[in-house]
Amino acid sequence: MKTKSILATGVLASASMLLSACGGGESTGIEPKEMADALHSVMEADRTVYTRLIVNRLVKEEKVIKASEHWKDEQALVLPAQMFRYGAERVAEKGAAFSYSLLSSWPVNKQNKPKTDVEVKGLKFIEENPGKNFYGEEKLGDTTYFTAVYPDVAVAPACVSCHNGHKDTPRTDFKIGDVMGGVVIRIPVKS
Amino acid sequence: MQLTGDDKTVFLPGETTHGHHQIEMACAACHTDPLGGGEVLQEACMNCHGAELKVADDSHPKSKFTDPRNADRVAKLDARQCITCHTEHRPEITNAMGVTVSDDVCYVCHSDIADDRPSHAGMEFDTCASAGCHNFHDNRGLYEDFLIKHLHEPANLASQSVPATSEKSVLLSLAHYPIDRYPARKLSLKERDAPVSVRDDAKIAHDWFDTAHSEAGVNCTACHEVTDETSNVSWIDNPDYTVCLTCHKQQVEGFLAGKHGMRLAQDLSPMTPAMAKIPMHKDAANKELNCVSCHKAHRFDTQYASVDACLGCHTDEHSKQYKGSPHFTLWQKELNGTGKPNSGISCATCHLPASETKVGDKLYVHSQHNQNDNLRPNEKMLRSVCMSCHGLEFAIDALADRDLINTNFNGKPGIHVESLDLAEKRKREADKRGVEGM
Repeated sequence: MKTKSILATGVLASASMLLSACGGGESTGIEPKEMADALHSVMEADRTVYTRLIVNRLVKEEKVIKASEHWKDEQALVLPAQMFRYGAERVAEKGAAFSYSLLSSWPVNKQNKPKTDVEVKGLKFIEENPGKNFYGEEKLGDTTYFTAVYPDVAVAPACVSCHNGHKDTPRTDFKIGDVMGGVVIRIPVKS
Repeated sequence: MQLTGDDKTVFLPGETTHGHHQIEMACAACHTDPLGGGEVLQEACMNCHGAELKVADDSHPKSKFTDPRNADRVAKLDARQCITCHTEHRPEITNAMGVTVSDDVCYVCHSDIADDRPSHAGMEFDTCASAGCHNFHDNRGLYEDFLIKHLHEPANLASQSVPATSEKSVLLSLAHYPIDRYPARKLSLKERDAPVSVRDDAKIAHDWFDTAHSEAGVNCTACHEVTDETSNVSWIDNPDYTVCLTCHKQQVEGFLAGKHGMRLAQDLSPMTPAMAKIPMHKDAANKELNCVSCHKAHRFDTQYASVDACLGCHTDEHSKQYKGSPHFTLWQKELNGTGKPNSGISCATCHLPASETKVGDKLYVHSQHNQNDNLRPNEKMLRSVCMSCHGLEFAIDALADRDLINTNFNGKPGIHVESLDLAEKRKREADKRGVEGM
């Protein structure tokens, strides 16, 4: 894949400056892949921590509270997938240029199935190649994006039991360690 | 171009919607920057409507459409901007709720819904919202799991009681209430501190003495004295809403956000029934709306404000039929002591319902004074009002029946909305498969 430079944004510029400062040299910018990988490492860490230490512990192990899609009405914990999406919405509301989403070939909400060509290819790739990421480029609207797709793996019993038992799930045989879907990160680049 | 004169009618590009016509002379309320484009208008929309969309758990927030994966949808329908569906000054294409796109708008993105919901196959493409099943923004009373939770409820619940406000128990402890100026203790008639020139009006004195104001230590000068920029204190005979705001913040803010007070919020003259686009009594045409026009100064009679104040102006079919309705009978019973507390249904019960606001660590239940808040669309009344007394199915059907609304709910719904039936059918199918979550 040929090198692309990231369109300037406040968030990305700050990250670039930070990396540059750590390196002690002149700023040479940051490659979209590095940026996407860095963003994903934070997302994955937070997502795993929330799933294991909050939801799985309190719902499955200590059984002190429920987690529910209708958390406000049910006075319950926000589901891990919702936690992730709410974060993505907050980022979007702040006007950040990059965006991210959680998709699956077996989505509970059909709006979250892969839709663009890169999403379809990317999801298929990460499902067939455990442990590997997919990187591509696509033009959506008037903008070209560097699009990265990372495997979203079942990290706790709560993940599989909730998805396997949901009335809207198209798949009921998920196991711990399975790729259940993919995190898609998009960064606008100069075409 | 200077937009400084009072009459800016010449600049109106077309008739303004029923939601905004009152403030159409305050051009800058929406056109905050004469050189600005869509972003400026979007900000203006959100300034007034953003908070309620948050509360409503907006089903189609802007963030859904700024996601690049929805660029193809945005190309067909730019739902990032409110004005895509709510274009102002276009009366020829304006429908209910100020919607200016056709009824099949949902089809733009959800044409394949039958793949996911086979029960929806064959449904007309313009019925998603018009059949009483879905709303674009607020689906808090319509989502599937909520419907299932409330299957087979009787039309009239065993316990029928509307939420009580917590004025007496909470108001005085709220952070914005000036308790230091008005220590909470009952004042005597002798203690009233009005100047001699107005002090001898016995009716005013007794009206005040009988109210919560004297109970809570709110003396005459609390409302009638104002301090100007040079710290001069003077007496005013007719305090306006800014005085009420001192203690009744949530109520006044609601009033200013609704059709009764939105002109005052824009520094225009008060709303009068003559300006209304719905039927009003001719003899009330020039009555100016402010806090005391409904609450009556000094008496602050909430019973009057709950029914008679409304019917003093409103004369549409729904209002005219109220006193022949079962709701009014319940209201009378509560007032004459034969009905339980909070069992009566006044105009205000439904249109200015009890609303919860978290103030610091306190939960303050107060009357929502934006009477439009739960009318856009009317399914917003399901949870805030109807379900205190009625089963969900009955309530959804009743709100979908325009004729029944016109009789002020004197009878049974003549319309049946299928949503609960469909939800129950899917639940049965899920139960057969032995899956959880329903």
